[in-house]
Amino acid sequence: MEEDKHMEEGETEKGLEVAPAIIASHPTQNSVSVAVGSDLRVFDLRGDCPVNLVDDSGGPMHNDSIRAIRYGASGKRFVSAGDDKLVKIWSAETWHCIHTVNSEKRVTAVAISNDDLYVCFADKFGVVWGVDLHALDDNQTLVNMKPSPMLAHYCSIITSLEFSPDGRFIVSADRDFKIRVTVFPKKPLDGAHEIQSYCLGHTEFVSCVAFLCTLDYPHGLLLSGSGDSTVRLWDISSGSVLDTCEVGAKAGLLESNGSEEDSSTVTDLCVIPGSMFVAVAIQSLQGIMVLSCDISARTLCVAKVVSIPGENFIPTSLGCSSSAELLWIVTGVSNLRGFDYPSLARVRVISGFKKGNPDSSIVLEDNEIPGGEKLLEKLQGTISIEENVFSAAAEAVKTAMSNLLLKKQYPSERREFRKRTRNDRKIKK
Amino acid sequence: MLQSKSNPTLSKSTGLPRKRFYRARAHSNPLSDSHFPVPVSPSHVDYSLSYPLFFTSSDQADSSRKIKFADIGCGFGGLLISLSTLFPDTLMIGMELRDKVTEYVKERILALRISNHSQYQNISVVRTNSMKYIPNYFEKGQLSKMFFLFPDPHFKEKNHRRRVISMHLLDEYAYVLGIGGIIYTITDVEELGDWMKTCLESHPMFEALAEEELEADPVVKLLSSATEEGQKVARNGGQTFQAVYRRVVPSQ
Repeated sequence: MEEDKHMEEGETEKGLEVAPAIIASHPTQNSVSVAVGSDLRVFDLRGDCPVNLVDDSGGPMHNDSIRAIRYGASGKRFVSAGDDKLVKIWSAETWHCIHTVNSEKRVTAVAISNDDLYVCFADKFGVVWGVDLHALDDNQTLVNMKPSPMLAHYCSIITSLEFSPDGRFIVSADRDFKIRVTVFPKKPLDGAHEIQSYCLGHTEFVSCVAFLCTLDYPHGLLLSGSGDSTVRLWDISSGSVLDTCEVGAKAGLLESNGSEEDSSTVTDLCVIPGSMFVAVAIQSLQGIMVLSCDISARTLCVAKVVSIPGENFIPTSLGCSSSAELLWIVTGVSNLRGFDYPSLARVRVISGFKKGNPDSSIVLEDNEIPGGEKLLEKLQGTISIEENVFSAAAEAVKTAMSNLLLKKQYPSERREFRKRTRNDRKIKK
Repeated sequence: MLQSKSNPTLSKSTGLPRKRFYRARAHSNPLSDSHFPVPVSPSHVDYSLSYPLFFTSSDQADSSRKIKFADIGCGFGGLLISLSTLFPDTLMIGMELRDKVTEYVKERILALRISNHSQYQNISVVRTNSMKYIPNYFEKGQLSKMFFLFPDPHFKEKNHRRRVISMHLLDEYAYVLGIGGIIYTITDVEELGDWMKTCLESHPMFEALAEEELEADPVVKLLSSATEEGQKVARNGGQTFQAVYRRVVPSQ
């Protein structure tokens, strides 16, 4: 009976499913992109104008929530994918959709290999697929671009996909607390069979992973954020945890409202390129937390909290270019019920990480953002947003995330109680 | 004797658990969310609970002794019990998804430990979903043998992803098996036998054992004779299909 009730709840909520707004910045800040719901919005910072997306791949446009957007490391390509099972590969220069790949299942994460030759995407059933892009360069007919399964997490939602900075590994994180490091083979479409390590230590779903690398440390260290309110630092070749930063406790202290201690899920991580700093988005924090990583000591500690005053602004996604002048932050949600904004997106920018000192970072006012009002109008859909929408949006994002990724917890008494009629138990007592 | 009197689930004559109290469904859904505890990582596995004679307290950090054999889907534990005396110094574990069956094997091992002093201390059983949590139990290259005896055939094509041998899961088994480690599979379902053989054959990290190696390996004979399922097949005069492969370093 109890189970039925849960099932029903699950069913009814499906119709109300919301998706958080996500943001990505071009590696050299030529453009910035926001996806909210099925809407992909791009602003060209070089040309200082909104971008019109052109789809000549013949596939349909996105018609359901976009869950992942990503620029390739070279900045030539861009990928968007989501619940409509479409993976769209764009030119990040002309903003033409070059190719649309059909996935069998909903897509939860995407990555582009460092050499731009492969697009990898993960579906809701834990399979990571590879698409060969060689044909795009040679201007051949796109016959060979069917996705092939490369690896799988057994029926677990993959939350994040990332190539290592040296391109040797592909890292996949899942809802079952696991991070898998797989050797990225020479022929990826034949399958990525060789597992380098598992990074195990999180005690809740892993929500995001990112690499931190420097000139002295080209292989990089892996960072991961999780529903267990920690950010961890890993050595991927052995899978051992180097340090754990309890960001939830720190955020709780700073917020000091006490009541919402359980909602310090780390939702996104963004390494500020060329520095030792990592921006962290936390579900209860109005602003971002900046962690500082000491590569030689292999430690991670809180450097600063940059709060965003005024609005109830809890970021859903972070983006940064490798020129690292600006950290782009978005909050928002699709399908927000009961408000005039069916899809809310609010973009903020933090500047000043460049000097390697987070104390110099400041939250830019709307008129100081490059692109100014034109950019906000494109990416947000509107310039001004009523403030009361934000808390509702934050709540909706939180609920959606825990419905998707948290496992139902049954206390041990309850589990024992359900076994009470079992033959082997009945008689023993 | 006293003990068995107080516990009617144990047989009075042998002290072993009686199967009729542990009847369970033949199949369990490996896709469903599991609610049993899972160790965070292999270093969190408490060996002192499973092997109390070898690990007196939970300070196992200094111990180099690790589990070497894993029987995946061990069922009622027949193979483990045969292997226990054949390799008395090797730690082995059975992994079973069905709670009642796990309880049975637990009781069976405890009873065997009591009635055969100092034997059967090297085997244990854990309730887990091995398709999801193998890396939580074993480190890279830790195992030397893995057993998949008479697994669920999952005939329907849409259920093939529930099969315990698949290309993707073999990646994980290759990860926990050391170089030279051996994977043993057997089934009485020809279609599944073909499937398992095809998967292993096309996986770059496994290679078939030669005929004479199979002859020389004492474990191979146990595959069809030691388990309850195997005995049932033999009783009914059924055919079995086995595939035994070695973990190798992939070429290139």
